[in-house]
Amino acid sequence: MSLSSQDIERIAHLARIRVTPADVLDVQAKLDGIFKLIDEMQAVNTQGIEPMSHGLDMVLRLRDDVVTEIDHREKYQKNAPQAAEGYFLVPKVIE
Amino acid sequence: MSWNTFATVAETVKELDDKKVSAVELATHYLDRADALQPVLNAYVTLDREKTLAEAKVADEKRAAGDAAPLLGVPIAHKDIYLIDGWRTTCGSKMLENFVAPYTSTVVKNMTAAGMVTLGKLNMDEFAMGSSNETSYFGPVKNPWDLSRVPGGSSGGSAASVAAGLTPASTGTDTGGSIRQPAMFCNLTGLKPTYGVCSRFGIIAFASSLDQAGPFAQTAEDCALLLSAMAGFDTNDATSLDRPKENYSRDLAKPLTGLRIGLPKEFFGEGVAPGIAKAVDEALAVYRKLGAITVEVSLPNVKYSVPAYYVVAPAEASSNLSRFDGVRYGHRAAEYTDLMDMYKRSRAEGFGAEVKRRILIGTYVLSHGYYDAYYLQAGKLRRLIAEDFKRAYEVCDVVMGPTAPETAFQFGSKSDDPVKMYLNDIFTICANLTGQPAMSHPCGVDENGQHVGMQIIGNYLDEARMLNVAHQFQLATDWHKRHPNI
Repeated sequence: MSLSSQDIERIAHLARIRVTPADVLDVQAKLDGIFKLIDEMQAVNTQGIEPMSHGLDMVLRLRDDVVTEIDHREKYQKNAPQAAEGYFLVPKVIE
Repeated sequence: MSWNTFATVAETVKELDDKKVSAVELATHYLDRADALQPVLNAYVTLDREKTLAEAKVADEKRAAGDAAPLLGVPIAHKDIYLIDGWRTTCGSKMLENFVAPYTSTVVKNMTAAGMVTLGKLNMDEFAMGSSNETSYFGPVKNPWDLSRVPGGSSGGSAASVAAGLTPASTGTDTGGSIRQPAMFCNLTGLKPTYGVCSRFGIIAFASSLDQAGPFAQTAEDCALLLSAMAGFDTNDATSLDRPKENYSRDLAKPLTGLRIGLPKEFFGEGVAPGIAKAVDEALAVYRKLGAITVEVSLPNVKYSVPAYYVVAPAEASSNLSRFDGVRYGHRAAEYTDLMDMYKRSRAEGFGAEVKRRILIGTYVLSHGYYDAYYLQAGKLRRLIAEDFKRAYEVCDVVMGPTAPETAFQFGSKSDDPVKMYLNDIFTICANLTGQPAMSHPCGVDENGQHVGMQIIGNYLDEARMLNVAHQFQLATDWHKRHPNI
């Protein structure tokens, strides 16, 4: 498989990462090399195999539906690039 | 006070118990040494003398009051991926350069409860993505054995700091070999436990189905003490295993008579450097002398580990790292035209090249129409690899082989070729895909004097046996007692 520069631009948009036209070729070349490695796994016939995500095949637990957290807003917002009156500030999206 | 900077954790506990040294004296010693060697090794990202000494003082007071926490007053340094309330936590990234953690990870909480004193936060590859520490925004950590070589990665600071005697122990995380490979490069013992044994809560997520926390130390005996402190069920981690606490030191003294060591022929092929193959063979001879027997096993699907890993890890990373949007925390670009542009510029500026590559790979393999061909196929391969191991454990107790195919390499020798870098993890990745415990212990040197590690891969939850195996080897050898001249 080989990625086109349009592919790179599309993925970069989906990933919300700005890739400048000057970077596209380098990114494309490096990703092509990585996908060549990845595509080795396509040779394996895995029909009927159950995919695995946890070695001990554990089932996710449920917990009681009760409040366990207290309000940390002020403390957590200290790390925000821009916050005011308890809100995270972003550029205007609605005119 | 004169203090042997290479004292083990076990020795340090004894000196504290015998009142030969105090926690404040220990903390002061290691902080002084860390400051002195920081310009040489770059092992730390953050040191905070005031905080550390305050913790040490509390430890001394607790000791005086009769507190019997097992590691009370023993210093430890943490990889800068662990959140600790009030400490800057960067994950080796510009994205989090100014991020101050608002809560503490469970592993650090557990270690603090065991009495350990935090020395500081250790340098690492950015978001734990790398095998050489060259992707850190704060510059690479140097290998204390040879400053022209990498310490390994991603937990490079964790390895270099223990090897150089800047701390008796450290924590790391291992998503594809990030504890075991640097342990080998710096001549240490490092352990990645079974997935789910240590809580991932408060560890900045890279690939959630692969990430595991584990200890670095000079000996297997120390790793057993450290793991006993750090492991445990945690309701805050959905994949944490609900099981009783273990004493991982319980089997250390058992003889190895009759131990069956499985040697996968796939780990002894032509990809392994001759100096490594020789050291590993000699170590296996020691194991046989100790009463173990070796049997050949086969793991036919293990050769697909690296390709499967480079689907699973980037896919999960692209999801996990989507939280860095320049809004709630992390870097925000200074100039932008609108919200979308702000996201894109903040992420382009905040992440380094390797992190961006992996996000892009992950985004692609998870994008519409590609899921079955990539993430699902990789998940199925994980099952096939796990079944290979299951068959192997019918005829052996542990699997062994070299930790990495080559020893510590020179800075810059792989940094332009990601695939070359990825292949350095060829023997370690399989245990992350299957979730099995795996460790590395020193077992010799190659023709350049660079250190060779023996990897032990155990069956699920068999950490106590693996530590027993490595400990018996260390009683019979002295590779782990060698220290760099620094």
